[in-house]
Amino acid sequence: MEGLWITIKLSVVSLIIALIIGLFFAILKISNIRILKWVADAYIWIVRGTPLIVQIFILYYGLTDLLLIPMFWAGVAGLAFHSGAYIAEIIRGAIQSIDKGQIEAGRSLGMSSGLTIRRIVLPQAIRRAIPSLGNQFIIGIKDSSLISFIGMQDLFGVASTMGSNSFDYLPYFITVAIYYLIIVLILTYFVNITEKKLAKSD
Amino acid sequence: MNTMEMIRVNNLNKSFGNLQVLKDINLTVKEREVVVLVGASGSGKSTLLRCLNFLELKNSGHIIIDGERIEQNTHDLNTIRKKIGMVFQHFNLFPHMTVLQNIIEAPTHVKRKSKQQAVSEGKVLLGKVGLGDKLHVYPSTLSGGQQQRVAIARALAMNPKVMLFDEPTSALDPELVGEVLGTIKELAKEGMTMVIVTHEMGFAREVADWVIYMHEGRIVEAGTPKEVFDYPQELRTQAFLSSVL
Repeated sequence: MEGLWITIKLSVVSLIIALIIGLFFAILKISNIRILKWVADAYIWIVRGTPLIVQIFILYYGLTDLLLIPMFWAGVAGLAFHSGAYIAEIIRGAIQSIDKGQIEAGRSLGMSSGLTIRRIVLPQAIRRAIPSLGNQFIIGIKDSSLISFIGMQDLFGVASTMGSNSFDYLPYFITVAIYYLIIVLILTYFVNITEKKLAKSD
Repeated sequence: MNTMEMIRVNNLNKSFGNLQVLKDINLTVKEREVVVLVGASGSGKSTLLRCLNFLELKNSGHIIIDGERIEQNTHDLNTIRKKIGMVFQHFNLFPHMTVLQNIIEAPTHVKRKSKQQAVSEGKVLLGKVGLGDKLHVYPSTLSGGQQQRVAIARALAMNPKVMLFDEPTSALDPELVGEVLGTIKELAKEGMTMVIVTHEMGFAREVADWVIYMHEGRIVEAGTPKEVFDYPQELRTQAFLSSVL
């Protein structure tokens, strides 16, 4: 049960941070300033071009050795760094799918571009992104199992330890699989509810 | 009689890449006047309208709004746009907001009016366009004609000095055109200064003080509705009118 708690805590914290990172880089990517675009492109390129396990190890050794950051937060950093790039792409796509007429309507009313993005474009883009974001959250939760390789006792880590202690892995991993299935089931339920709630305006 | 000039355009040129869409446009709109721009698709009338509130930026020439010469690199265009209401062909209502929220969005966030004041003014405006019973519904539940009337009320909520209409009825089913034109006629009666791009020639004749015919980026002919529609001087105007009337 301790492992379940760590998995949930790790997933929730890292996905919230990933959402903030994603929003930030999505806005960099659609900005008109070339350097900001390059920064966002470089970040997404690095994340997509390297395996998650490598990113986790680099951030783990980098952060815990050099900055003496606790293991939990190094793990959060690795997962958030990874999901953030995918979320940035999802949000960017959603922003760009909003009709240009929406921006023109906002600007024609005297709204600044920042206000138009914040009040008109983003609320619609987030709504449109929710199914894909839900999907990315599910991936994020399952990917959090890789965190056991830096020694964290999450669901997967606990199962590995118990399995190796008893030399009987199968029951533990089947239990772990069921736990993940239930977590994903609950998350999917909430994503669907949110989607329906927000769909009332369309 | 010394009526104030609301819009003056001098030698306006506008290109998209190599394509020059507006060629040496000169235009004056006085306070309380209704000017209707007509012409075939691609004649530049919508682009001209969009230049007037700087959704398109000119390449050269001068635009003077309400006595102020607007230089787009030094002026705060957001401030200018507060004076100019715009109604779009496709309404462009904010779909994630209710009708009333659409109306009060800019007054509360741009003009920083209190919500209470914006709501009471918004209700009056929606009553005026005949939608006082639709305050709390979402735009997607309304007909095109209703949506366009909400869009008109949304623009009016900023108390603009000029209203621009970009083919306000082109996206509507024929039976819904009348209600929108009726709303615009009401505004004309109240003395709102307006520039209207439309393909509705009967409406243009009825509501316009001046009709401007554009062809391939130029103003070919301008005059009263009677002059342009009944006694067109230019061959191109005659050809256009015979094709649409």
